[in-house]
Amino acid sequence: MPDQFLYGVEVVLNGLMAGVLYALVALGFVLIFKASGIFNYAQGVMALFAALTLVGIMEGQVPFAHLINAIFGTEVHHFGWHVPAVAAIILTILVMVALAWAVQQFVMRHLVNQEPIILFMATIGLAYFLEGFGDLMWGSEIKKLDVGLPQGASLWVEENTAWLGGESFYGFFIDQLDIVATVVAAILVIALVLFSQYTKQGRALRAVADDHQAALSVGISLNVIWVLVWSLAGFVALVAGIMWGAKSGVQFSLSLIALKALPVLMLGGFTSIPGAIVGGLIIGVGEKLFEFLVGPLVGGATENWFAYVLALLFLVFRPQGLFGEKIIERV
Amino acid sequence: MKDTVDSYVTADGRTIGGVMMEMKNITLRFGGVVAIKDISFDIREGEIRAIIGPNGAGKSSMLNVISGFYHPQEGEVWFRGQRRPSMRPYQVARLGIARTFQNIALFEGMSVLDNIMTGRLTQMKSNIIQQAIWWGAAEKEETANRERVERIIDFLEIQAIRKTPVGRLPYGLKKRVELGRALAAEPKLLLLDEPMAGMNVEEKEDMSRYILDVNDEFGTTVALIEHDMGVVMDLSDRVVVMDYGKKIGDGTPDEVRNNQDVIDAYLGVSHD
Repeated sequence: MPDQFLYGVEVVLNGLMAGVLYALVALGFVLIFKASGIFNYAQGVMALFAALTLVGIMEGQVPFAHLINAIFGTEVHHFGWHVPAVAAIILTILVMVALAWAVQQFVMRHLVNQEPIILFMATIGLAYFLEGFGDLMWGSEIKKLDVGLPQGASLWVEENTAWLGGESFYGFFIDQLDIVATVVAAILVIALVLFSQYTKQGRALRAVADDHQAALSVGISLNVIWVLVWSLAGFVALVAGIMWGAKSGVQFSLSLIALKALPVLMLGGFTSIPGAIVGGLIIGVGEKLFEFLVGPLVGGATENWFAYVLALLFLVFRPQGLFGEKIIERV
Repeated sequence: MKDTVDSYVTADGRTIGGVMMEMKNITLRFGGVVAIKDISFDIREGEIRAIIGPNGAGKSSMLNVISGFYHPQEGEVWFRGQRRPSMRPYQVARLGIARTFQNIALFEGMSVLDNIMTGRLTQMKSNIIQQAIWWGAAEKEETANRERVERIIDFLEIQAIRKTPVGRLPYGLKKRVELGRALAAEPKLLLLDEPMAGMNVEEKEDMSRYILDVNDEFGTTVALIEHDMGVVMDLSDRVVVMDYGKKIGDGTPDEVRNNQDVIDAYLGVSHD
């Protein structure tokens, strides 16, 4: 029985790691939602687009190669060089900032003061545009993303936990990539919190999130702040894209992870950064543990629906989520 | 125009300078509704200028024109001898014109201290890279700004609530915090939209004292909208009276008090 217990612990640990990735995607949602009230359906596609761009730059791919070849009858595909990971990441960040600027300049700026549902529809449009644009720019084949992160089971963890169990227990199996992802996510969250609490732009960001009119009156340009927010969300999307891409390859199904972030947000609250993290971890652990304990009884595949059912329960009993601002209607 | 650009000294010894802001033939329409009709008046350096009038007279609209929230269809706004182009509210704020709102627009989720700190944003010069890595100029600037803000907190006697989230404060204190945020910008012109609305007598007296002190100690020019005639007459150097979007009186409190049009607007006129 203790072995069974230890397997349970391992399931929880792996769930935590999976949860970190959900949390990263949810974090991007929260940033934009807080500052502009826009539910950005395109967050998942932004992660995909960032990962595609990163791979494309690293591999020295010619952007829009298919288009160029079709028009000019040429046969160019690669520049023939490879860009080191760090330089490629910096270039990708610049691309994401440019994307943020373009989104603000050509879409959101024209929709100020519109109904939330209209803004939401705009982001759905943006999601499909970006998916197609990414396809056109970098091609649609599944790509391997290797930015030099360690992968495979961590032997150190295995060896140092083997003594916990009996003869048949060889220690916890944990992917090194998951450990890296956890550390990166932790650093990212701490940095974001420090940025928003102690810098001038962070304060302006919180001000805009709180009250647009008041923010204008103290000299904050909403446009600038929204570009900043979309850039931050783009950066978070890049980090999420790197982690997912390194784990399972850069493919278009990556954009579907956005849907898993929804229940995370229901749990954590749409406006809370810590909520996104805790929500992600709860969903991650919850679905793995549920599959481990209850899955065999109902024929498995519970991971597909568990998160959504949990979110439904939250909607009924605590609609503002764990950390969301309390909804008070004054009458 | 009867006004001259010469400065003069008031009875209580304050110096009023030349014209700081001039509104020339402002007309503002919302669709078919004329909110402001061909109004001209000026605000002089160092004075307390009041805009009064019954409900719906267009006072708040006028304040919104000055602060860039509304853009008049006709007329010109002159600031310190230059015609001001059509500006967004954040650009007006950066010119040194701070304001408060009739219905209080504070950052409810942030503390009193943070709210007032946002007022200093226009004064902060370090760039985003310095800010992001919290380096050199950024750190020094933050400390200097904190000192200024603490001084404003002392001035408004709100030390006890500096860490309290604004959402939890009672109405009167919120009004005071909003004034603090506007003061933090060290404005050249301070616009107050009904600073005493909904206050009891004691709170009104406090607020009047703060406004007088701000004007006296920092030399800040104040333009305010107020319903309460008594308060306005005690406080201001000159008064503009509006009714149905038109200017019906302009002058010292005494002149305005004896103006027949103003009396009619406030007390009603018999139609027999």
